[in-house]
Amino acid sequence: MFTLEGVSKRFGDLQALHPLTLTLPTGTTTVLIGPSGCGKSTLLRLLNGLARPDTGRVLFNGHPLPEAPDALLAVRQRVGYALQGGGLFPHLTGTQNVTLMARHLRWPEARIRERQGLLMDLTRFPAEALERYPGQLSGGQRQRVALMRALMLDPDVLLLDEPLGALDPLVRHDLQSDLRAIFERLGKTVVLVTHDLAEAAWLGHDIVLMREGRVVQQGTLDDLEARPADAFVTRFIQAQRPLPVGRAG
Amino acid sequence: MTRLGALVLGVLLGASACERTPGEGPVVRVGSKKFTESVILGEMVTQVAKATGAQATHRRELGGTTVLWEALRRGELDVYPEYTGTLRQELFAGRALKDDAALREALEQEGLRMSASLGFNDTYALGMKESEAERLGIRRISDLKQHPELRVGFSNEFMERGDGWPALRDAYGLPQTEVRGLDHDLAYRGLESGALQLTDLYSTDAEIAAYGLRVLEDDRRHFPAYDAVLLYRADLETRAPLALRAVRKLEGSLTEARMVKLNARARLERVPEAQVASDFLKASLGLTTEVRTQGTVSRVWQRTREHLFLVGVSLLAAIALAIPLGVLAARRPRLGQVVLGLSSIIQTVPSLALLVVMIPLLGIGSKPAIAALFLYSLLPIVRNTAAGLGGIPWEVRESAEALGLPPRARLWRIELPMAAPSILAGIQTAAVINVGTATLGALVGAGGYGQPILTGIRLDDVGLILEGAVPSAVLALLVSALFEAVARAVVPRGLRLRE
Repeated sequence: MFTLEGVSKRFGDLQALHPLTLTLPTGTTTVLIGPSGCGKSTLLRLLNGLARPDTGRVLFNGHPLPEAPDALLAVRQRVGYALQGGGLFPHLTGTQNVTLMARHLRWPEARIRERQGLLMDLTRFPAEALERYPGQLSGGQRQRVALMRALMLDPDVLLLDEPLGALDPLVRHDLQSDLRAIFERLGKTVVLVTHDLAEAAWLGHDIVLMREGRVVQQGTLDDLEARPADAFVTRFIQAQRPLPVGRAG
Repeated sequence: MTRLGALVLGVLLGASACERTPGEGPVVRVGSKKFTESVILGEMVTQVAKATGAQATHRRELGGTTVLWEALRRGELDVYPEYTGTLRQELFAGRALKDDAALREALEQEGLRMSASLGFNDTYALGMKESEAERLGIRRISDLKQHPELRVGFSNEFMERGDGWPALRDAYGLPQTEVRGLDHDLAYRGLESGALQLTDLYSTDAEIAAYGLRVLEDDRRHFPAYDAVLLYRADLETRAPLALRAVRKLEGSLTEARMVKLNARARLERVPEAQVASDFLKASLGLTTEVRTQGTVSRVWQRTREHLFLVGVSLLAAIALAIPLGVLAARRPRLGQVVLGLSSIIQTVPSLALLVVMIPLLGIGSKPAIAALFLYSLLPIVRNTAAGLGGIPWEVRESAEALGLPPRARLWRIELPMAAPSILAGIQTAAVINVGTATLGALVGAGGYGQPILTGIRLDDVGLILEGAVPSAVLALLVSALFEAVARAVVPRGLRLRE
């Protein structure tokens, strides 16, 4: 789905990403993981053009991300995006947040309603909370609204940046279960950023471990554990043990 | 809100358009300066012209010589009372015009003419309280040399003009250093309270007798003659010959003593200038003129309409320009610095200076006032728009971008609604400041609540000052409340939850 070729990114004096080449497979969930400041969020934002690489190029479905603003907007409509805290528009209700883009594209009302109903089932979002503003929703509900908003246009890809970052453990646990169910039902390509290895293992097939702007190792958790690329991989895994849940492939 | 504004504007425009009723006679526009004598003379000219069938209007109490001079040259006024000394020393300063003939010649080049003297010389003089002068033994201006510690307050105009304080100080070698500039009408009160010991006077001031003042002898004949004349546009002779001929009958009709009495009637007995002028015309020219008096309610209503017009038009124009500028400032920070810098500089220009600067460009009346108010309103709106947009959290901004919303839709659907509270607060600030500043519009003939304030200060009439100041304060509160209500209606509910 995504291929990065020799991509690097610098913010002022900070080399956020060293030139790297990476392929993110279609139809599976890839987790970008690593300590804070390792460049995982930057990498995610390169995928939908929120950030532009200094060198190299990003291919989406085999085509480079377009330079032209209009064409880039069209790509973004096929790439759902949700970030920590939800990034909801505080002046719009839950429904308005979810349907904003569909309305902008002048979808017929019936189609909007149908799609929204489907997403509410999928995310198990209570109907009565739809008319509330983000300020009136709980953290977990906000995240579900953000997820519905990202999925509204039925995109090919879902990009999630620390989607469960700011939630308390119980809500987080519920949402982790729901997210896994959603990913399985949709079968979409998902790229998810987290710093929690347990969450990565629970949600993802493929793990990309990063450190200081470089990819250290890409593979399943078993790969990382059995055949670590260097000592950092082992240290990173051990730092997060014991894992609260069993490992999933 | 914009629609409501347009409606209010339409009503105001309609209302002011209705006032101009078409008539038969030629139009004669009379002006006067913002002191009583000038207003009385302006009133006389207006009434005489009206009696000949002309459509005469009187723009009273305009703020200073330059304002009237420019308006006359631009053809926005036809005639106003002036003094030969002012013409020679101020308007033609540096031309060294020896006599009235030379003055007439210089005026002719501007397309202007001057009547013969109205009969009195209203020159500058220095005055002290009689008792104070007696105590210090001051009779002549040269006696002041022995009293360098005197507390001196001069009218702002006297401080600055060529024949004013600087020239007087040099001519007599006066040592006073503690010299304050203030409004002429406040100076008398300063003398009365003892805050001032010496001030400048006009030789026909009503207060000379009333406050018990001693006029110091100008023993070196420093002050030039200030013969009162009427200054008019040359084309008036062809446009309104009848009215002009009648008006020129005022030449030689007044003496200094007579003028002091007329001034006293208006200033001290509070008889309206129109009435004073009318009584004089009847007694000396045998002319019966109509004096129309306006009831308090209709007067306040007229001032309110004028004031709302100034505030409404300038504010709407400012909103229309300042919000886009604020968006630009938020999008392009470096350009934003320039925009904010420029609007801050405008803010530092004193209101009166800005008004006077506008006159050569826009003339007198509501136009220069609206332009000045418009400029003053820009900064709060630009700054709050930029701040409101800049305060949107990055994750919200990024979410909008990631959704694939085009920039224009992001602005209208996300950024402007989220910045709405800040933008409205900016407009509210601009509006409230505007209501206050608009009172200065009266100085350039824009009317409004400033008119009774000006008259009140001139006549030392607290009632009249309040007639302008109280409605102005009430209007400011109402405007503020209006914007609170607008904010409740316009600011999205989701944004108010956080407060």
